Amino acid sequence: MQCQECDKTATFHITELAGGKPQEVHLCEDHAREYLSHGQEEQPAAPTLAGVLAHQLAIGQTAEDLARLDKRTCPMCGISFYEFRDKGRFGCPHDYVCFADELEALLANIHGETKHVGKCPQHSATDSAKQTELIRLRREMKNAISAENYERASTLRDEIRQIEAEVGEKQKTDRAGEEGGE
Amino acid sequence: MDLDKLTSRSGEWLRGAGPESDIVISSRIRLARNLADYPFISRATELDRAEIEKILWEALTATSEPGELFYFDVNKLGGLDRQLLVERQLISREHAESEGARGVAIDSGERTSLMINEEDHLRIQVMHSGLDLEKAWQRINDLDDRLESKVTYAFDTRLGYLTACPTNVGTGMRVSVMLHLPALVLTRQIEKVFRSLHKISLAVRGLYGEGSQAMGDFYQISNQITLGSTEEALIKQVADVVPELIKYERKARDFLMKEGHENLHDRVSRAYGILSTAQTISSEETMHLLSSVRMGVQLGLLTDVALPTVNELFICTQPAHLQKISGVELDTADRNKARATLLRRYLSRHDNETSAEHN
Ligand SMILES: [Zn+2]
Ligand SMILES: [Zn+2]
Repeated sequence: MQCQECDKTATFHITELAGGKPQEVHLCEDHAREYLSHGQEEQPAAPTLAGVLAHQLAIGQTAEDLARLDKRTCPMCGISFYEFRDKGRFGCPHDYVCFADELEALLANIHGETKHVGKCPQHSATDSAKQTELIRLRREMKNAISAENYERASTLRDEIRQIEAEVGEKQKTDRAGEEGGE
Repeated sequence: MDLDKLTSRSGEWLRGAGPESDIVISSRIRLARNLADYPFISRATELDRAEIEKILWEALTATSEPGELFYFDVNKLGGLDRQLLVERQLISREHAESEGARGVAIDSGERTSLMINEEDHLRIQVMHSGLDLEKAWQRINDLDDRLESKVTYAFDTRLGYLTACPTNVGTGMRVSVMLHLPALVLTRQIEKVFRSLHKISLAVRGLYGEGSQAMGDFYQISNQITLGSTEEALIKQVADVVPELIKYERKARDFLMKEGHENLHDRVSRAYGILSTAQTISSEETMHLLSSVRMGVQLGLLTDVALPTVNELFICTQPAHLQKISGVELDTADRNKARATLLRRYLSRHDNETSAEHN
């Protein structure tokens, strides 16, 4: 069967009920999509991250403010605010702290709420500041290696190992303690 | 687990079992989690990714029974194998197509899949046939607890689980139910339904893509927000609308049976006729016609084919499945021919079996 709107094969056969008596409409895929989606304009599109951000940043900000904000970077992973708003993805957990002010309104816009009330890990983060620090140290070590500054890289590596050991040890004793207590 | 052997089964999501399985295809929950001491994926180096993969796989091994989970190094899998996992809903298209160290752990029943280094370090997914969010939640919550006894997640007491994208922060949870709604599409009520779902901030997506025309009339309903509600409340929000949607779909089917019986009978019979005789057929047309056949079987208008066969055909006529079954890589034109051959074989095979039983 041929599409009613063009000469492609009709693969969609839609029953129209609007007139009271069922009526068949035969369309190709493209025309069926067009047919089924009209009347869709009223549907408010789900807010996209970039859209919400752009709108929010446009309020009460001068171009200079924006340019300054865009250049701000996370000390741990090095992501700039511009990169975040361009890609819509954060670089590390610390970004939630370092861009907290900008984020507050964004979260309210997306979720209608700004506070978590759901599940929490049973074993709370042993030492989150130290763990976040690891993200920075690993990045610095990589940069030191690329710059062929091997002395600095080796110092950083020792520092990373020490923190990893401390965090691991603390994690182990914390969890052993909890299990023993049960 | 042998990926090549998966093609002989429907997989969990199209098993066609469980509560309300005539309309509800599957219930799915996923949790997004990240390790506290590594950057998110967008800023992770190849070394970071390799370490994340190692840490998570070790934690998974330590917290699961031996042989419970099978690990696939997605980075090393061939394109066809990756596509196969996408078609079986075990990994996302993004995970299949991205680059760098990444993997997926799957259980033999294909109910659980854990993607490592997708958009977040870890994406846990549990899927059940039919409408069964309760069981899916129990299972995923337990998996999450077990893993969390071995690793430290990025978590903030005020914001909850921290995710790469702020649209997932808080619970990191996406609850979704996949429905087969051919009668609502036929009677053009589907857009109206979508509009009302958007109003209560639920998202609707078609299967295999973001477009408004869902392939095979499969639609996925899921929560849009993840912060500020408990997991149970988010599940309830989705679970509460599903019975309504089932009711609408059944009403539309009743209407079509009463008011347009002849049209409907003609449509499903033609769909069956094309599927069982075509010499070349695209994936889109196959999905579209199978959808009619599925409804026809459920309404008793078609008796030549059983529902499990129809469910199986939805999956094994997908491009990667077809090529796996054929044992060779095929271009589009050859796939269309192979698909038609497979459909004819399945649909006539069933006829023969039925008549053999009668003899
Ligand atoms: Zn057309
Ligand atoms: Zn950062």
